[in-house]
Amino acid sequence: MDAFILQILNGLDKGSAYALIALGLTLIFGTLGVVNFAHGALFMLGAFCAVVLSRILSIAHVTVDPTRTDFLGNPLKVSTPYVHEWFGPEAGQTLIEWSVPLAILFSIPIMVAVGFAMERGLIKYFYKRPHADQILVTFGLAIVLQEVIKYFFGANPIPTPAPDALVGSFDFGALLGFDPGTIIYPYWRLIYFMFAAAVIAAVFAFLQFTTFGMVVRAGMADRETVGLLGINIDRRFTIMFAIAACVAGMAGVMYTPINSPNYHMGMDFLVLSFVVVVVGGMGSLPGAVFAGFLLGVLESFASMPAITTVIPGINQVIIYLVAIVILLTRPRGLMGRKGVMEE
Amino acid sequence: MFGLSKADTRLFLIVIGLTLFAPFILNPFPEGSELAQFNAGYPDLMQRFLIFGIFAIGFNILFGLTGYLSFGHAAFLGVGSYAGVWMFKLLGMNVLPAILLSMLVAGLFSVLVGYISLRRSGIYFSILTLAFAQMSFSLAYSVLTPITGGETGLQLSANDPRIFGQSITDAGTIPVPSLFGLEMRDSFQLDVGAWLFTFNAGYYLCAVFMVLAFYLSIRIFRSPFGMMLRAVKSNQQRMTYTGLNPKPYTLAAFVISGMYAGLAGGLMVAMDPLAGAERMFWTASGEVVLMAILGGVGTLIGPVLGAGFIKYMENIVSKINDNILHQWFSFLPDGLEDVVVAIIYPFIGKGWHLTLGIMFMLVVIFLPGGLVEGGQRIGGWIGRRFGKGGSSAEAAAKPDAKSSPAE
Repeated sequence: MDAFILQILNGLDKGSAYALIALGLTLIFGTLGVVNFAHGALFMLGAFCAVVLSRILSIAHVTVDPTRTDFLGNPLKVSTPYVHEWFGPEAGQTLIEWSVPLAILFSIPIMVAVGFAMERGLIKYFYKRPHADQILVTFGLAIVLQEVIKYFFGANPIPTPAPDALVGSFDFGALLGFDPGTIIYPYWRLIYFMFAAAVIAAVFAFLQFTTFGMVVRAGMADRETVGLLGINIDRRFTIMFAIAACVAGMAGVMYTPINSPNYHMGMDFLVLSFVVVVVGGMGSLPGAVFAGFLLGVLESFASMPAITTVIPGINQVIIYLVAIVILLTRPRGLMGRKGVMEE
Repeated sequence: MFGLSKADTRLFLIVIGLTLFAPFILNPFPEGSELAQFNAGYPDLMQRFLIFGIFAIGFNILFGLTGYLSFGHAAFLGVGSYAGVWMFKLLGMNVLPAILLSMLVAGLFSVLVGYISLRRSGIYFSILTLAFAQMSFSLAYSVLTPITGGETGLQLSANDPRIFGQSITDAGTIPVPSLFGLEMRDSFQLDVGAWLFTFNAGYYLCAVFMVLAFYLSIRIFRSPFGMMLRAVKSNQQRMTYTGLNPKPYTLAAFVISGMYAGLAGGLMVAMDPLAGAERMFWTASGEVVLMAILGGVGTLIGPVLGAGFIKYMENIVSKINDNILHQWFSFLPDGLEDVVVAIIYPFIGKGWHLTLGIMFMLVVIFLPGGLVEGGQRIGGWIGRRFGKGGSSAEAAAKPDAKSSPAE
């Protein structure tokens, strides 16, 4: 039983990353009808926002302290980050430590700008082109973005730790009445899951309860009619693209303590997120979220030793296997709308 | 000639000529000169040009004609490589059985993948092929290690049986792939003044296969079968209404292009008897997509050009570092030199992928016919601008455009 719960928990944090990226992909596909292969690159850009912020916060100026010497006997050079001077050493240190959560705020304007530029500058010209062209041009864009990042940050992963207070693990078993120490779960993964849930809820609430969201939903259902009513639907869809980019970026920011960001992390997630989207159903937001968590949990169950001994290798292929079965038996995915991309 | 139209015969003869004389053409700069680093005429790279050319021609038969975008083609290449190495391990070092079995195994595997994937079209087809390729990759890495060698890859060893050959040579080394005694790495070197030309046996074996593959691709493009494949691309519904079932045609195209990939895999291990799972990773499939589209998808020669272009960048342009750049621009004043180098450096050398990505995007956006279309447009422009009469030059350019329609 405790192993069971542990696997569900393990699946949830991976599933949250899949769900967040797939949610953004589906938002873009559902509104603009564009298949965005650069979405993984947006996730990666978000992660590098965290890296940039932590570097900005640690910008320091070097002073020579004549009272102390280093191991060579020269006067010791002390580098003091500017934030230490401005906010005092303690508050400054806290700021540096909490750079990852702060990077969420930092990433929002950046990702919105990136999303806006991408939609207006490139995607807009591809509305009417075939899906294959859209895949190809965004695939090219993904290569360009990741090479730019590689040029500035190098090819190696950059460790970006979570704040000290949130490092540790949480004894989930004790809470549920199992023996202590059976279900240990890192805090940050728990936070990641809750963060993902909050973002997903916010996106759904935005679409469901605001006038803007209502218009967007109407546009997703019938773009032409909404346009005929005199509403500038293109403008709203551009904003939705920016929001989708933002969701991917925030998912990336929060993922940095789990996995040190490197330039090709986006590509690694992209393939799986696409599988998630088609399993959930192209254009279905609840489908994307549900399929994300479902596949995350299935993957972690499949890697249980009890299962890998019976069917070796199943943990490597379970997601793809599920995708193949679902695509062949349910043409529009688990929760796809009737008539959307069924052929 | 060869059952081809006049324009196609011309193209075919050009391709034969280029492959035959590639050791000369790709080595235009004398040894020891500063430009010698741009010489691509060494066997290893020339073989790669041809092998990836074959791979891209095969991909083009599927994507260029039917419009089905496969993102998992590298799986067939990988499966073919494994089959080839196993042939070396079990039978002997003759390359022919290895290459034939590579094609056969890749063909069978593509029947399986194609039969399932072709039940869907569009993006779903891409995702299904991607899923199959990733599955093959993960399995080759983990569970199938006894067959594939896992992370280290599949290598020859001195303990292999090799029924029709020797397990180990008299000198105590592992035998090398050969064609009835002609070793693939045998080369003949020709010194002409300052130039050194290398003629490699393996290269010419690849050349024979590549010319055959190219010929077959022309015949497919011009055949009624090719017409059916184009019909699948332009309007599948209409095709069904006229009473034709598109499925067998697309499946045949898929299997043919899978066998091309298998042939490429087989040649790859014939040149270097080693197979690894990373050949099947999805970025490898993405690379062949890049090649075909950059060169000109749906055209005959485009994919080969694309393959050559990308492999040239990967192997030659990527070697240029900032020191070499500083040498080139040393004629400029100091400050300007640094600025120019700083601007150019991100795009070449290690950053060649960036240039590739930008070029690829530009091609997709502005030139759906790839470099071939670009060449035709420039040719047409020059013809109109500088030709004697505008109309006659255009008329001359037109049959050319027809011979390799950019669609």
